[in-house]
Amino acid sequence: MADENRHMAFICSKGDLDMAYPAPIMAWGALGNGIEVTLFFTFWGMDMITKKRIDHLQLAPVANTSMKMSMMGVPGNLGIPNLMGILPGMTRFATWIMRKKIKQVEAPPIREYMEMLVDGGAKLYACKMTVDMMGLKKEDFIDGVLDIVTVSDFLDMTEGAQIIFV
Amino acid sequence: MPTKTIAGKVVQVNDEGFMTDPNEWDKDIAAEIAQEEGLTELTEAHWKVIDWSRETAKGLNGKSPTLRQITTGTGVSTKELFALFPKGPAKKVARISGLGKPEGCV
Repeated sequence: MADENRHMAFICSKGDLDMAYPAPIMAWGALGNGIEVTLFFTFWGMDMITKKRIDHLQLAPVANTSMKMSMMGVPGNLGIPNLMGILPGMTRFATWIMRKKIKQVEAPPIREYMEMLVDGGAKLYACKMTVDMMGLKKEDFIDGVLDIVTVSDFLDMTEGAQIIFV
Repeated sequence: MPTKTIAGKVVQVNDEGFMTDPNEWDKDIAAEIAQEEGLTELTEAHWKVIDWSRETAKGLNGKSPTLRQITTGTGVSTKELFALFPKGPAKKVARISGLGKPEGCV
């Protein structure tokens, strides 16, 4: 399939710092290759486009079986004990480590990623049901969010696209 | 390694058509590849990106810099970069500059 005719649609449903990244990374790569991109934000994914939340995405170490202490330079396969994870400041600490790692690979913060995607021609939409449920308004979103749409609207505008759920 | 004749010169390319030896590149080749990529002419703004990418590629083993490296390195905005090299600037900049595909993702 020629890249010029491809259209990729990402459904972003999570607002944790780590889970906010896969869609923008792939979407940015897609734009660079000439693929049309649509992003649909739903449920906690709304944090990725909400002005008040976008700069405060976090990563909790509790019940996180993948985040090992090797990220902090401790050799081996040791996890962060859940009991430690509940201590005050641990979420902030895990978030700080993750942000540092993200910076090391030259990936920008989510706010800047969203600006890049919009400037690169990606179309951003917010989920109507989540907007209603959380009492959000269009003004609550960053610039570049085109509209608040229903699932049916989203499916209409992504007909034939490759849909990726994150 | 396959070869291809571009602007009257035989150059080495990989399976995806990217040039593999930046030293075989010249401005005529850039102009011809640009035509193939649907760009009618290479303006000063295009050359700013191409020249910077080629210079930077010397430290990247002949691979093109990533889009974000280009925007931060040249001061050309994302919007402008996508306007200069529409529909796939990452690949287009690399091809026109006679470089390999960027190896980074950002």
